[in-house]
Amino acid sequence: MIKTFNRGGVHPPENKISRNAALEQLVPEGIIRIFISQHIGAPAECIVAKGDKVKTGQLIAKANGFVSANVHSSVSGTVLGIENIADYQGIKKPAVCIQVEGDEWEESIDRSAEINRDLSKTSEEILAKITEAGLVGLGGATFPTHVKLAVPKGKTAKAIIINGAECEPYLTSDHRVMLERGEELLIGVQLLKKAVNVDKAYIGIETNKQDAIDSLKKTAVNYSGIEIVSLEPKYPQGGEKQLIKSITGIEVPDRALPIETGCIVSNICTTLAVYEAVQKNKPLFENSITVTGKNLKIQKNFIVRVGTPLSQLIKAIGGIPENTGKIISGGPMMGRAVSNLEAPTMKGSGAVLFITDDEAKRGTKSNCIRCSKCVAACPMRLQPFLLYKLAERNMLEELKEISVHACIECGCCLYTCPANLPLVDYIRLGKTRAMKLIVKPK
Amino acid sequence: MNKLIISPSPHVHGEFSTKRLMRDVVIALLPALLVSFYFFGFGAVKVVGLSVISCVVFEFLIQKFLLKTAPSINDLSAVVTGLILSLNLPSNLPWWIVIIGSLIAIGVGKMVFGGLGNNPFNPALVGRVFLLIARPVEMTTWPLPLTAVTPDATTGATPLAIIKEGLKNGLTIDQIKESSDYTFSYLDTLFGQIGGSLGEVSAVALLLGFAYLLVRKVITWHIPVSIFAAVIVFSGILHFANPDRFIDPLFHLLTGGMILGAVYMATDYVTSPMTLKGMMVYGTGIGLLTILIRTFGSYPEGISFAILFMNAIVPLINKYMKPKLFGEVK
Ligand code: SF4
Ligand code: SF4
Repeated sequence: MIKTFNRGGVHPPENKISRNAALEQLVPEGIIRIFISQHIGAPAECIVAKGDKVKTGQLIAKANGFVSANVHSSVSGTVLGIENIADYQGIKKPAVCIQVEGDEWEESIDRSAEINRDLSKTSEEILAKITEAGLVGLGGATFPTHVKLAVPKGKTAKAIIINGAECEPYLTSDHRVMLERGEELLIGVQLLKKAVNVDKAYIGIETNKQDAIDSLKKTAVNYSGIEIVSLEPKYPQGGEKQLIKSITGIEVPDRALPIETGCIVSNICTTLAVYEAVQKNKPLFENSITVTGKNLKIQKNFIVRVGTPLSQLIKAIGGIPENTGKIISGGPMMGRAVSNLEAPTMKGSGAVLFITDDEAKRGTKSNCIRCSKCVAACPMRLQPFLLYKLAERNMLEELKEISVHACIECGCCLYTCPANLPLVDYIRLGKTRAMKLIVKPK
Repeated sequence: MNKLIISPSPHVHGEFSTKRLMRDVVIALLPALLVSFYFFGFGAVKVVGLSVISCVVFEFLIQKFLLKTAPSINDLSAVVTGLILSLNLPSNLPWWIVIIGSLIAIGVGKMVFGGLGNNPFNPALVGRVFLLIARPVEMTTWPLPLTAVTPDATTGATPLAIIKEGLKNGLTIDQIKESSDYTFSYLDTLFGQIGGSLGEVSAVALLLGFAYLLVRKVITWHIPVSIFAAVIVFSGILHFANPDRFIDPLFHLLTGGMILGAVYMATDYVTSPMTLKGMMVYGTGIGLLTILIRTFGSYPEGISFAILFMNAIVPLINKYMKPKLFGEVK
């Protein structure tokens, strides 16, 4: 049976043009810049200094408290210093700059291609390895994985859900990982199950990746308690709440965390990283990044070392094509426009997408014709047209009354609006303002 | 290289635009228009052309000179208003009445409230009801279709009016159907062989357009289907209670602009509810009211008034029929 969430959502043209490009290692060169804070939570504490020699996989910044994550060097070479470096959007943050010299890995890392199927480690051992490896959610949120796996007191975990939906158009790196690293991925799932003591896991995959569904199903026969669930392609199925709804039929209660439903959601790349961290002793210092766009001659799914300048990825696909209107980090629905091409990649970077001039243009806005298409498209079942109107007028109390807090900023409303109204732009603004009021009442 | 655009997500937009939606409505109306041209000849062409052109011209003039805003006739909504208005008119309506109807539809029905998106009532219906009240004679003299039997244009009453008249004279439904005035079969109403306004005559042509609107996702089924359902259930109950006095549901569905109203007028975006639940309440209301007016009111036809009445309570429906928040906790 093919499952999905019941209301809302849109299905933009999939444009998965890079789906057949096998994962390919991008060799690091020049200077690599690794942000000290690559996660949600307290920034890590830098433990290297100018002139230090580092190896690939060596710890360079230590987690600062529980909600924080270790950062490791992604290359071997000499530390040039700690500098303030501009990120994709031009915001400056401290980063360790390393001159690449060869590629010498920490000895503790198992670099063999052999699959380690040993599942004898205890829950504590697995969690310790995950913490040590500096794992964060690679779906974009970059929440430290060990924090996510720590089930709050009074709640019980019942199942692990792996997000293989990859519902954003264009993105294909999860797809490639499922195809090429299937068994390692499944071992990663078993490790996650063990870490939180549950015996059921679901991997939700949209049917536009039937090959991945088939091959994982075949491999999953050897691993107990993993169910591969076919999902109808629909955006934003990869959203945590929508995914849980699609697979279990349960809705995460308003204002509650997903654990309320007993589900812990993990991303494909994060799960692979769990395998590598636990079975191969490999910290998180590289991730898969799709480089794609309609106007690109070559489409790539790269494995990129954290801290590689964006310009290096662009060089690898032959430079920015003529009619590029926008470069996006992430997918076209929720990714962010990039303004700084020298910015280094981070743990959570998932794609570099080239949008053509034509695609990038928004139509001119006109009157709301009250067609209700935005209401039908909203997966959180809000009333975007009304939120927009109130946000435009800065009516914060009224916004709160109609649940602006629940907006997941998925953009379905704007995507579907025939009047081209900048719905989510204003709703986002209104939400930020209204939510601040909740934190600091006057 | 040119400058990169920096703007917030989403970075792509779907296929909908106001213009595309309106264009689809025009396309959906084409079969019904062609049928009306076929049955009513040049008169129909004249009424449709005049109505569309004057709606567009009035919209342009009012926006440009009265409101001093950029005219938005490009969105084709005035064309749709003009088409729908003309489909509500008899094909022999004098030209100046058509123009007045258009002026009322656009001026009073739409522009007074601030243009597309702000009008509480369906503009075409405002125009139609105004004419019905101001020029009742011209508005209810329906030419019969040009057929082999009556090659010259003749006029006559609509099936609904004949039934109403007969009931008033104390006849039963069966007696009326056997009388000489009543010459229609259900097959005729399906394909358009009946007296009536331009657009109410061919059920098949109108339903073809309905299918197109559904396929193109211009509208959802909720409003038309709940209207039809309410009509069938309500008139069905009446019919079974007393078949001499109340005609059967099929007759109600196929006559009096029921399909035109349910599919093309009740579904007007601006004047219908925003949620699916609300749409079903609204549709049910229209269906019930239509039958009430038809059976107990003084006008033979009721759907126009029913829609206008329900238009008026749409804000109320919107207020109480909110979508249920994802994961809502009571
Ligand atoms: S989709 Fe756009 S035009 Fe339609 S109701 Fe929503 S805001 Fe208005
Ligand atoms: S961006 Fe917010 S309001 Fe718009 S569809 Fe998504 S959840 Fe609904």
